[in-house]
Amino acid sequence: MRRLVIDKGITLGHLKGCLIEFLRVFFDKPDLPVRFRASYFPFTEPSMEVDIGWSRQTGEIGGGTDWLEVLGSGMVHPRVLANCGLDPAVWQGFAFGMGVERLTMLKNGIPDLRSFYESDLRWLRHYGFSALSSASLAEGV
Amino acid sequence: MAAGGGYEKVQVVCGAPNARAGLYVIFAPPGTYVPGSDITIKAGKIRGQESGGMLCSLRELGLGAESDGIAELPETVVLGQAYSDYAHLDDPVIDISITPNRGDALSVRGIARDLAAAGIGHLKPWLVDTVEGKFPSPISWDIQYEAACPFVAGRLVRGVKNGPSPEWLRQRLESIGLKPISALVDITNFLTFDLGRPLHVFDAEKISGSTLSLTRAARETFRALDGRDLILGTDDLVIVDKAGVQSLAGLIGGEATGVSDETCDVFIEAALFDPVRLALTGRRLAVHTDARQRFERGVDPALVLSGLEAATRLILSLCGGEASDVTSAGAIPSWQRDAWLRFERLSSLGGAQIASEEATRILEHLGFAVKEADETRACFAVPSWRNDIATGVLLDQAAHLDADQAQKAAASVQAIEDENDLIEEVLRIHGLDSIPSVALPQKTAIAAPALTPAQKRLGELRRLCALRGLVETVGFSFVSHEDASLFGGAPEALRLLNPIASDLNQMRPTPLINLVRAWQRNAARGLSDAALFEIGPSFHADGQKLVLAGLRGGETPRRPGERARAMSLWDAKADLVAALDVLKLPAEALSVTADAPGHYHPGRSGVVRQGPKTVLGYFGELHPKVTRAMGIDGTLVVFEICLDAVPLPKVKRRQVPTLSAFQPVSRDFAFIVAPQVEAQAVLKAARGAERALISDVRLFDVYEGASLEAGHRSLGIEVTLQPIKASLTDEEIDAVSEKIIAAVASNRRDAETLSFHAPLSHHPSCHLASRR
Repeated sequence: MRRLVIDKGITLGHLKGCLIEFLRVFFDKPDLPVRFRASYFPFTEPSMEVDIGWSRQTGEIGGGTDWLEVLGSGMVHPRVLANCGLDPAVWQGFAFGMGVERLTMLKNGIPDLRSFYESDLRWLRHYGFSALSSASLAEGV
Repeated sequence: MAAGGGYEKVQVVCGAPNARAGLYVIFAPPGTYVPGSDITIKAGKIRGQESGGMLCSLRELGLGAESDGIAELPETVVLGQAYSDYAHLDDPVIDISITPNRGDALSVRGIARDLAAAGIGHLKPWLVDTVEGKFPSPISWDIQYEAACPFVAGRLVRGVKNGPSPEWLRQRLESIGLKPISALVDITNFLTFDLGRPLHVFDAEKISGSTLSLTRAARETFRALDGRDLILGTDDLVIVDKAGVQSLAGLIGGEATGVSDETCDVFIEAALFDPVRLALTGRRLAVHTDARQRFERGVDPALVLSGLEAATRLILSLCGGEASDVTSAGAIPSWQRDAWLRFERLSSLGGAQIASEEATRILEHLGFAVKEADETRACFAVPSWRNDIATGVLLDQAAHLDADQAQKAAASVQAIEDENDLIEEVLRIHGLDSIPSVALPQKTAIAAPALTPAQKRLGELRRLCALRGLVETVGFSFVSHEDASLFGGAPEALRLLNPIASDLNQMRPTPLINLVRAWQRNAARGLSDAALFEIGPSFHADGQKLVLAGLRGGETPRRPGERARAMSLWDAKADLVAALDVLKLPAEALSVTADAPGHYHPGRSGVVRQGPKTVLGYFGELHPKVTRAMGIDGTLVVFEICLDAVPLPKVKRRQVPTLSAFQPVSRDFAFIVAPQVEAQAVLKAARGAERALISDVRLFDVYEGASLEAGHRSLGIEVTLQPIKASLTDEEIDAVSEKIIAAVASNRRDAETLSFHAPLSHHPSCHLASRR
């Protein structure tokens, strides 16, 4: 999944605010430690990888003293903006991308990515949502 | 056995051929992890004898390949000392992953520079004195392929004595996983990692003639230092002498001119190569060397000659000899560049509060030099080793852009990009943790819907299918070529060149294939009543389409008062019609024909259309030849809806409904129809007979039997009449009934296939009756 925010006056502070909020809501841990680490991606500058706190030993998200990389992000590269006809002196923003399966695996402790595509009824019934539930801000993500 | 440190007297069972009394050995007590064999030592009995640990070979410790027995230590060792201390293996190893833009950090010095800028230690200046040449170099350079090699330098050192490197050099190389070879080779490897300056050494006596030329390779084979024969192409840069190719420049040297212990005269090469050409050659020939890794990310152009001097000094000091003058060809390309930083941008882009002095200090520590500055901005000279900063911008703007807009964007991109390069440097050294998080500005009090109407209806479809007992699955977009062929779509153009698995080599023509295979896997586990659906892409020669596919197999559940029955095509049709209803396509708007694609059972399937042309979907039994070919025993009923063919409904304001005060009246009819006549057509004709009065028409019975002509069916339909102005009289009801019969009988859309037998008036055995 990739996401992009472009406007006037969007800064790296917004990138941090958005991603920290998302990760804490997604993992349902209001105090989840989130770390931003300078990195390199071709389409953003500055670029950063985002780590969350976890325990290598137990796999608990938010527990322990280890860090786990979960996604890549950065400020949209001026060349990307110019290639799309946006004046980089006026417009700026941030972008991030993450693997939905990977985040789901972490949240639910699913050990093997292949199980998503196996279509094993027992697995689907175990992890499936209720037929009536729909993700909404009112009901909680 | 006696050892220090709490192991004064231990019995160890050991089968090594060299184990003997009085030997000094490496002892691993219980609990020790042995990396070479991936085991953890436990005390136990071996062949009935107590064994309290293990005596180790170097191979078991992951320190050597020899395995003639346990390691023998000299008598001078201190008993009980840790072997890691004794062998100086206690140096911490730090793994650093370097991003592809930072070729300058692929060296100890580059990393030290970053650490110093971040306040960890102080970077000492590195200066190397030039070595005065004692004689002109007998070998000279000639560049014939300037695009691939702008500059090359070299010099001869004669009278060297090659052999093993001294301990300090061997240990440094070993500590980073390199195998020491000989002093001359080790020196080039050392400088590759120390300065990020790859070098190559030729045995000068093995070079034919007095010129080394940098030129395009012919189509020829070249034996590299690692013994591999590489097949070269005409875009590859090589170094040739009179005898032929002696080096694949910047990637790997040749076996023929490699140095050995007998080497007396050595010729050192230091050059600059075009990173892109070098990377392409390296990738094509699968040459993975430390030199390639550095050259393809870009090396410091200002370090070619000083790197050569450093190598000369090391060779003279470790191998002796005397050095020639430096010989070179070409010119070092100009690398000087500037970039401006408006300090205010650290906060307006970076969101960071960093004083201009601090930003300047960070950049200076990284090697940038202030050329001019005022309170608001400064211009920095980019250091020679940072080929990732303030590079030229080549845009690839989208074709459809407004010309003015595109030009404006292009005009400002270079300065912004250069500035962002500097901001990135300041932020990464300053640290990202201290940048305050800010919530995104909320422009409206009430958030706009996050989903588009098209996305929203997909959610509704998913919930509908789930409520009908279908379980959602997600399948790969790849299937096997054979499976795709069974479902009518395996064009060569959609066959994968590099499939992730040999049975995933074709883009799927429908998600149905994944559902069938998933059903099969579940059935193999004893779950043969699986009902599945997927909304996902299907791939065709003319593009990609979004498809909802569903499948039911096995039987309906056993319930009290209800007998289990096999799934039939009507179950699939019911799923499809329900899904189309969610898509705002009521059953009345649809027509059904019997020309479903080849993977459907020819007699038990249907195509659902809106109007005569638009195909919305298919339903029916899977063709027995398909199930058989896939190894499935039994009947599967399936449906597919092409979601792209279903238009989004227009948003209409709701009308005020007419809620009648009068009771509706219901009448049943039976029509005997010919085999080709679809029930849908009968219902449609009946409904159209008196639009103002008929509010609903339903099929409630289908009868086939001996009393009817072969293939003919009797369709029982219920018609609901809803009066608006007054209750209906018997006469009015009879009049409408006549109209309905007439409408059904005369609806000869296709005279060949449609023939209605209207009740009462035409056929005494059929009747028109009131239920109440």
